[in-house]
Amino acid sequence: MGKTTAAIPCSEAVRQLWDYLDKAIAPEDREKVDHHLSFCRRCCGELEFAKEVRSFLASGESTEIPADVKERLERFVEEL
Amino acid sequence: MEIATLDRTKEAYQDLVRDELPSLYSLARRLERDGAEDLVQEALLQGYRAFGSLKDEAAGPHWLKTILVNVFRDELRRRGRRVVEVAAGDIEDFSLYRTLVDEDPLPYSDSLHTDFLGAFGPEDLRQVLMRMPEIYRAPLVLRYMEGFSTKEIARLLDAPLGTVLARLHRGRNLLERTMWAYADETNLLRKEDDDG
Repeated sequence: MGKTTAAIPCSEAVRQLWDYLDKAIAPEDREKVDHHLSFCRRCCGELEFAKEVRSFLASGESTEIPADVKERLERFVEEL
Repeated sequence: MEIATLDRTKEAYQDLVRDELPSLYSLARRLERDGAEDLVQEALLQGYRAFGSLKDEAAGPHWLKTILVNVFRDELRRRGRRVVEVAAGDIEDFSLYRTLVDEDPLPYSDSLHTDFLGAFGPEDLRQVLMRMPEIYRAPLVLRYMEGFSTKEIARLLDAPLGTVLARLHRGRNLLERTMWAYADETNLLRKEDDDG
C-alpha cells in the first residue's frame, strides 16, 4: 500500500504558508501542505496572496534621502 | 599608518558612503520612527573606525548595513524599553486574504487582493510598519525588505533563532492585521475608488 499523507486543516496550512514559501519547514510538513493545497482552492488563494505580499514588501520603494540630510551626512564623513 | 595610506582609506570609505547613503537612510527609516539621521550618523562613525578590517570591498554595502542594524539594536537596549510580546492568540486567527473576500472593500475590482496592496504607497507602508512593535518590525524589515537570512538576523539582533522565527511568524500576521486596520482608518480604499 502506498504512503498516505495525513490531512491538515486550513488553519494549519495557512499558518505554515510563509515558511513554506521560505522553504523553512520540515519535509514532512511540506508534504502535508502540498497535499492540502492539492484539494483546497481557498488555501491556494491564500498562497498566491502570501506571494503577492512578499513581493509587495520586497519591491517597497526606498525613501528618498532629503537633500539637506544627505549634505549633512556627507559633510560628517568628510570631517572624520 | 602613513598619511598617504590614511588618505586613500578615507577616500575609499567616502566613496562607499556616497554610494550607499540612500539605502542606509532608507533602512534606518524602516527601522526607526524618529531619529533615522542619528542612526545613520552613528553607523557611519562606527563604520569609519572599523573600515580597515573590511577585507572584501565588494562586501562593503552589506557590511555597512549590518553596522547600522547593530547600532539600532544597541540603541534599543540603551533605551531599555520593555519588550512586549503580542499574544499569539490575538493575531493568529486573522487572515487578510479571507477578510478581503468577506468584506469586499473594492466591489468594482476584479483583482481585489492585488488592488488592495496597490493602494499602499511607500509612505503608507512605512506608517503600517511604524504601528508595529520594534521586536516584530525589525525582523520583518530585515528578512523581507532587505533580504537578510534568518540566521544573520538572529546574530545581528542577538536573539535565538527560534525567537526570530516566532517573531517573524507573528510579525507577518500583525502586518496583515495592521494593513487592514490602517486602510480602514485612513479611508485608503475610498481614495483608491475615487481615483479609479
